[in-house]
This record gives sequence, structure tokens and C-alpha cells, in this order.
Amino acid sequence: MDWLSPEEWSAVALSLRVSVWATVCSLPLGILTAYALARWSFPGKQALNVLVHLPLVLPPVVTGYLLLITFGTRGPVGSLLEEIGIVFAFRWTGAALAAGVMAFPLMVRAIRLSIEAVDPKLEQAGATLGAPAPWVFVTITLPLILPGVIAGALLAFAKAMGEFGATITFVSNIPGQTQTIPTAIYAFLQVPGGGSSAVTLVIISIIVATGALFLSETVSRRIARRVAGA
Amino acid sequence: MNLTVRLAHDFGGFALDAAFDAPPGVTVLFGRSGSGKTTIINAVAGLLKPQGGRISIGERVLLDTERGVCLPAHKRRIGYVFQEGRLFPHMSVSQNLRYGRWFAPKHRVAPKPTGRPDFDQVVDMLGLSHLLTRRPGMLSGGEKQRVAIGRALLAGPGLLLADEPLSSLDEARKAEILPYFERLRDETEIPILYVSHTAAEVARLATTVIALSDGKVVRQGPAADVLGDPMVTPAGVRAAGAVLTATVKRHHEDGLTELDAGGIPLFLPRNAHPPGRRIRIRIAAQDVLLSRGEPDGLSALNILPGTVETIRFGDGPGTIVSLRTPAGAILARITRRSAEAMGLAPGLACHAVIKTVAIAPEDVGGASNRP
Repeated sequence: MDWLSPEEWSAVALSLRVSVWATVCSLPLGILTAYALARWSFPGKQALNVLVHLPLVLPPVVTGYLLLITFGTRGPVGSLLEEIGIVFAFRWTGAALAAGVMAFPLMVRAIRLSIEAVDPKLEQAGATLGAPAPWVFVTITLPLILPGVIAGALLAFAKAMGEFGATITFVSNIPGQTQTIPTAIYAFLQVPGGGSSAVTLVIISIIVATGALFLSETVSRRIARRVAGA
Repeated sequence: MNLTVRLAHDFGGFALDAAFDAPPGVTVLFGRSGSGKTTIINAVAGLLKPQGGRISIGERVLLDTERGVCLPAHKRRIGYVFQEGRLFPHMSVSQNLRYGRWFAPKHRVAPKPTGRPDFDQVVDMLGLSHLLTRRPGMLSGGEKQRVAIGRALLAGPGLLLADEPLSSLDEARKAEILPYFERLRDETEIPILYVSHTAAEVARLATTVIALSDGKVVRQGPAADVLGDPMVTPAGVRAAGAVLTATVKRHHEDGLTELDAGGIPLFLPRNAHPPGRRIRIRIAAQDVLLSRGEPDGLSALNILPGTVETIRFGDGPGTIVSLRTPAGAILARITRRSAEAMGLAPGLACHAVIKTVAIAPEDVGGASNRP
């Protein structure tokens, strides 16, 4: 990898690692949340909806700060997790957490839309054929919402790749530790002669983001076609 | 095995309060839209929880609100053929058909003679073998409903529900599906609860009719009795009509089929049923003329002697007269003026005159050969 300096390369690798983890770990929770918001009625549903969407409307710095005081080593949750060996503050895991939280509303929105498009009558039909609810979900709902799940996951991945404000607030900008592509670009631009490195990372960002969008479109269109029964 | 249903549910503005017994065969819930038919069938399926009631199939209790029993839909072992098919769009016809089999009990307790239905047998009966690899999106409306019927059957249900399964189909497709339900009625032991607001469908399929109006059962009993009662017209007086069961005697060369209805010859436009086969014919009340004397010199071929049983006067200009004939009860819809001019009264001898060509092919269907 001659065309990437070690510093640039570590930012790219870290960004990929952070985004993959953020997406994979939040996906089950995202599907559950989307399903609950689309199908169930329960007290506090509106509050959950607001909570899920907060990272979308709050200044990212505020979200990062809230993460810091909650999941920091002295935060109420962070101190508990530290006892079982999980540390978020100023680690790449924290960057993944921040990216996951920031990308969560986008993921939930995409999946929720696809769940709302599934006719509950099909799920009822599954039940009358003897399938218990979890089976109905796995065999009917999940295959039908797969295009939405993939779109949501890739959107979340792209968002995680670009996350800046909450990340830099929560885990700072430590090269090799918490320096992702966006924070690295920011850092390079602060020092004289860092411009070329910044341009390289900008190009990589563009390639990854367009690639993710393209992939999501292609895959979900193909699945949608299959699901529609052609 | 009887299905016993007692339900009470208040929707605020519409109250359902119905109780009925469905013996084996096809029991049709018959009434206009909004009479509560679909609510009842959904409660039986477990898709709707009524405020009060009890539902049982034989000894098996599906719902008993007093004892706090309410089996979830997937544990009721009920096949449901929906109005709109509801096939799973992401699965092939074959996968759709097999869906319920994953959960069907391996050793079926009842109904004994059929046991767990055989896949090939069902595919054969419904004529699905050339469709198995297709997706529901590539099927016609009639094909979809046949797959839906097969899918429900293959789940090995103890009871089959059908909610107006033909209403989304055109006449030709209806004519294609109805015989399958007749075969189910005559060839399997599974009791069927069938929702309909179409008199012709009821006349062809029903063993038992539950007439519903505004959430209440207004009449229940064997199909010929309920449909031959002028006081019960759940689908409106225009759709009133009695059902006769007759045996095909022979097919004449001039395109007519001769039936034997209780010793009286009846002539219909030619049909495909073989001689000796018992069939049902629906005779619409408005296609029947009445005559006091023995009619002579008429073009109509079917003349049934009988006696007036009941006369129902409504608010309008029409009346419905029921006539007891050797072939069974006949309903005639005539004007109040004619009824008065003829001096019709219960007990009076009278003749029913039925034009052969008034009996449409969709009014004729196979009847169970079972007693």
C-alpha cells in the first residue's frame, strides 16, 4: 500500500472496522425497534420514537457529550461496563458506539418503512397455517423486508463512515486509536502540508460512500424483484 | 364433528350476538355485507378475540371467555381460505402449499378417514401440478384461490374456513372454483364454514345455512329449509330462491337434461352431470309463475303441482309465496295484486311454472350422494 501513508491507512482501516461493527451490532436492535414502532402499540411508543430520532436532530457534539458522560469511565453506564472489561471512552469501540448511535435513526427509518409495506394479513395467514409468531417473522416478514433491511444497513454504514462530531467529542482524535477518516481529514487540514493526505482520504470517502449506495440499490432492487414474485 | 359457536362482541354501533351449531358438511354463513359474517369467521380462526363466547370443535375448546381459554390462531389447526388468497409472494406455489405442513401434526387425531392429506392428492384434486414452480405473482385469480385452498388443506386442519373465496373472481373463474369446494364437501370429512352473500353459491354448496342479519342469527337449518323459507331472505328478496335436489335421468338430443325431482320430471338446459348423479338446482323466486288451474298450452316445460304453505307480504308491491311440492319447497315472487286476485292462501292447491331456460348453469351443481 504505497499510495497510502501508514497514518492514512490506519484511518481507513479503523473507519471500516468501526463502521462494520456499528452496523452489524445495531442491525438486530434496529429491526426490533423498527418492528415495535411499525406494529406494536405500547405505552411510551412516542417517547421511543423521539429517542430513536434524537441523534438525527441534536447537534452531533451534544450527542457525543451525552455519550461521554454516560459511557465514559466515570459515567453511570461506563463505570459498570468497565468492571466487566468493556471500555468505550477513547477507544475504537467508543467510535463504533458513537457511529452506531448516529446512524441508528437512518437504519430504523428505512426498515420501518419496509415493515409498514408488508401486509399484516400475510402474517395472519401464516398464523392460521400453524406458524408461531417467531416463525412467521422469520419465514414471511423478514424475507419481505429484506430489501429495506439491506438499504437501512448500508445507509447506516455510509453514515458511520462519515460520522465526525459525536466521535471526536466522545473518543477524541487519537491516531491509530480513534482517528477515523473524517477526523483524520480534519487533523491533516490543521497542519501545513497535510493537504495531499486529506485529498487522498476525501477520494476514498467518496468511493466508499458511492459504492455503498450503489450496492444497496442493486441488491435491494434484485431482492425486491424476487420477492414480488417475478 | 360439530363446530359450536356462541359469540358476543360489541363494536360500539354494531353488536354481534350469534350462536349456532355447524354439523359436518358445508355450513354457510349467509347475509349481506355488514351482517357480521367475517367477524364470526375471524373469531373462529383466532384472528379476533371476542368479548364473550365459546367456540368448540367436537371436544376441543378453542375459546371460552368464561374459563379464560383462548387458543392463539396458530394452535387452532384451522385452515383459512381468505377472500384475497393471501399467498406468500416470495415463495413458489409449491413452498406456499407446503408452508402449513411444517407445523401440521404428524399423527392426526381427526378426521380419521382422510388423515393427514397427501400432497400429491391435493395437488391433483386442485389441478395444480403445472403451477408448482411458479410464483403467486404469475398466477391468475382463479389459480391463486386454488393454491390458497390447497395450502389450507395441507396444513391438516380440523376445520376449513372460507371467507367469500370467490368474491374477487369473475363469473368464469367462480364456475372454475365452485366444483372444488363441492368436491371438498363430498370427498373429505373436514367440516367447512363458508361465508357468502351470493345466493347461487349458498344454494350449490350449503349443507347447512346460518342466515345472519345485523349480527344476529335469524334462521339456521338444512339448506333446503332455510332457502325455501319465504320469511328468510338474507340477501334480499331479489336473490330469494329455493333449492331442489334431483337425480339426473337422461340427456335428450334436443339439448335438454331431464331430472327426476321427487317423481316429477324437470327439464334443464343440458349439463355435464352423468345420469344417476344427484344434483342441486337453485330456482330463483322471481323466475317462478303460479297458476291455480293446471296450466295448458304454455311454453314452459316445468310444471310442479303443490300447495301454498306461507305467503310473505312485505311493504312493497311484491310477495313471496312458498309452495310445498313433491320435489321440495319452491319459492315464487309475485305481485301482491296477483296473490290477492288469485285468492292465494295457505293450504290452497297451486301449480308452479318454471321456464327451463331461466335455470342458469351456475344454479346447477353436484349434490352430496351421502344421506
